[in-house]
Amino acid sequence: MLKFLKVTTALALLATPALAGNFGLGRAALPEEIAAWDLDVSPDGTGLPAGSGDVLTGEEVFADKCAVCHGDFAEGVDNWPKLAGGWDTLADDDPLKTVGSYWPYLSTTWDYVNRSMPFGDAQSLEPDEVYAIVAYILYSNDLVDEDFVLSDETFGDFEMPNADGFIVDDRMETEFTQWVGEPCMQDCKDEVKVTMRAMVLDVTPEEEGAAEVTEAAVKEPAAEEVTAIDPALIEAGEKVFKKCKSCHQLGEGAKNRAGPILTGIVGSPAGQVDGFKYSKALTAMAEDGLVWDEAALTAFLAKPKAFMKGTKMSFAGLRKEEDLIAITAYLQSFNE
Amino acid sequence: MSKNIPSRRAFLKGAAATGAGLAASSAAAATPDPLITEVQPWASGLGDGVDATPYGLPIEFEDDVIRRNVEWLTADTISSINFTPIHALDGTITPQGCAFERHHSGAIELSKPDYRLMINGLVDRPLVFSYADLERFPRENHVYFCECAANTGMEWAGAQLNGAQFTHGMIHNMEYTGVPLRTILQEAGLDAAGDLKDKWVYVEGADASSNGRSIPMEKALDDVLVAFKANGEALRKEHGYPVRLVVPGWEGNMWVKWLRRVEVMDGPVESREETSKYTDTLEDGTSRKWTWAMDAKSVVTSPSPQAPITHGKGPLVITGLAWSGRGAITRVDVSRDGGKSWETARLAKPGEKMALTRFYLDTEWDGEEMFLQSRAMDETGYVQPTKTQLREVRGLNSIYHNNCIQTWWVRANGEAENVEVS
Repeated sequence: MLKFLKVTTALALLATPALAGNFGLGRAALPEEIAAWDLDVSPDGTGLPAGSGDVLTGEEVFADKCAVCHGDFAEGVDNWPKLAGGWDTLADDDPLKTVGSYWPYLSTTWDYVNRSMPFGDAQSLEPDEVYAIVAYILYSNDLVDEDFVLSDETFGDFEMPNADGFIVDDRMETEFTQWVGEPCMQDCKDEVKVTMRAMVLDVTPEEEGAAEVTEAAVKEPAAEEVTAIDPALIEAGEKVFKKCKSCHQLGEGAKNRAGPILTGIVGSPAGQVDGFKYSKALTAMAEDGLVWDEAALTAFLAKPKAFMKGTKMSFAGLRKEEDLIAITAYLQSFNE
Repeated sequence: MSKNIPSRRAFLKGAAATGAGLAASSAAAATPDPLITEVQPWASGLGDGVDATPYGLPIEFEDDVIRRNVEWLTADTISSINFTPIHALDGTITPQGCAFERHHSGAIELSKPDYRLMINGLVDRPLVFSYADLERFPRENHVYFCECAANTGMEWAGAQLNGAQFTHGMIHNMEYTGVPLRTILQEAGLDAAGDLKDKWVYVEGADASSNGRSIPMEKALDDVLVAFKANGEALRKEHGYPVRLVVPGWEGNMWVKWLRRVEVMDGPVESREETSKYTDTLEDGTSRKWTWAMDAKSVVTSPSPQAPITHGKGPLVITGLAWSGRGAITRVDVSRDGGKSWETARLAKPGEKMALTRFYLDTEWDGEEMFLQSRAMDETGYVQPTKTQLREVRGLNSIYHNNCIQTWWVRANGEAENVEVS
């Protein structure tokens, strides 16, 4: 099996067990210590703890702990991994590799969720929660029905769709045989034409010294007189905000979703929400001193793409003037 | 804001910095150089005392020689990668402070007193080592490159990022001090594993991602190091302080940082990092797995888009790096005409196994445009392929292991651009 490696003397060296353990260093690992760290799960299920979880429980846990990055339907938020979809795309120009379309073993999902997720709170899930999350990921990939229950006992029955989609490294046979020997030195080709240029794309980061990187032109927002806002207007704005809710959160416990947290946005300099990755367009306007005062907000919300060419916000815009006034009032009510 | 800002800025900065040098090297100076004729402050006053910086950083004039990130590549900077400024370095050893970083859950702070290494699984005596224990085993020094499997990965579908730092900067090369993994496995005893030929070790880190990888026993017993020093000093936090694994010639993802556990196993775990990632999808949709070795590769680091020619025609040093995960570099050829003709470059030192090799082509530039390429050969006889050759075998969706010949289009004004040529 290990034909890709040169025959090594290392194995021969180990044939002399007298060498083993002659330093007397280290101490015996206790069973409890091994149990605490040896958590990996192999394709045949070795390493799985007893437990079970069903799709509907998984949906709840997923919504609570995973959806902020992976989306309610495992479809992925922004650049975070998509866990569902992509079936039959692996041979396409732009394959979508998800648990359902690509991952060859179910054990990998269980093991990764158990040991490395949620991002920033790893190893906090109970085994039953992991079973439930994995069941939900299978469901979101249309691989099981909603009454499916995953457990250590049923685990071995499940085969992933792309289980046979992998081959062991064959570069030695398919490439090395072609790309060896004395290469051409003269008259190797007739003409050389530029077929693609990096300059055509605009994807290279701007180059600045370390000192310059932190520079940001942040304008202090003008101090404004706080005046009471009409409660009816706020209520109307709350209804309009339903159009924004799938991407933006407000108030206590708000998190960045596809869009940034909007608490305190009115009157704030643009591009200042911690941990949110803004579009280049917004960052550029922020650096030019954009402040989300009422005028800027309403102009943006009326025609997002006209106000900010290249914005990530896919929202088409609010047509009615009263909606614009109401939503601004509603957002402003979170400024206290 | 247009695309050519980086090279334009670098070009202007370079020109300004070398302006005085240009004047000084002219055959005849028009007016006496005040840097020579006038007493300069540094020639009259005093400099810093010895303890001004107990641990020194590069002088301020070098503050553009830094790691850089390509923001759009990843969802955030915690699970992300940045790039070594290879365009601005020379020699082969990468200073730790600008050596690329790749984290899956961020760079953690793990002290030596809190460090533990566990060896378990099919061993005679499952053991736990402290950091101090590791320093009591006989240790070795080796220089090895560490290249991310995704280095140049953004270039599969076409020329995309304009700079050697971004196209080839997921690499560093350091002198490691550490204990062979073989020694540590022997300490735990491998009789319990029986026939070692089909056995594996599973290695994992202490960070939240754990980033576990399976390594065949044959490699584990060959040249893998449990390393705690790099370039003579402790590993940096971002490179796995206090202990990381060094897996010579194999993809960087296997060089587990903050190494906490080695388990001897019957088979591979098929972890996330060796199934859903670090597998190479071919044109028909099947994917290669266990593509561990990094094939021979090279790149011209100067001139390049971030390191344009600022001195006009005349003597020119073309330089770059070459490496192979399958042995030593034996030869590097350079082409100035996009691969029509080649000349063999001078290796600064004979190539060393699984380490960076520096090459130079000391030449005269006629001021005409060039299509600069380099082509590495290693001791197996393998010749670095063109992108066309790679695509014929692998298609466009491999992501990893892109070791194609790179082309820089150097214009008459000395600026360079990442291009593909026919």
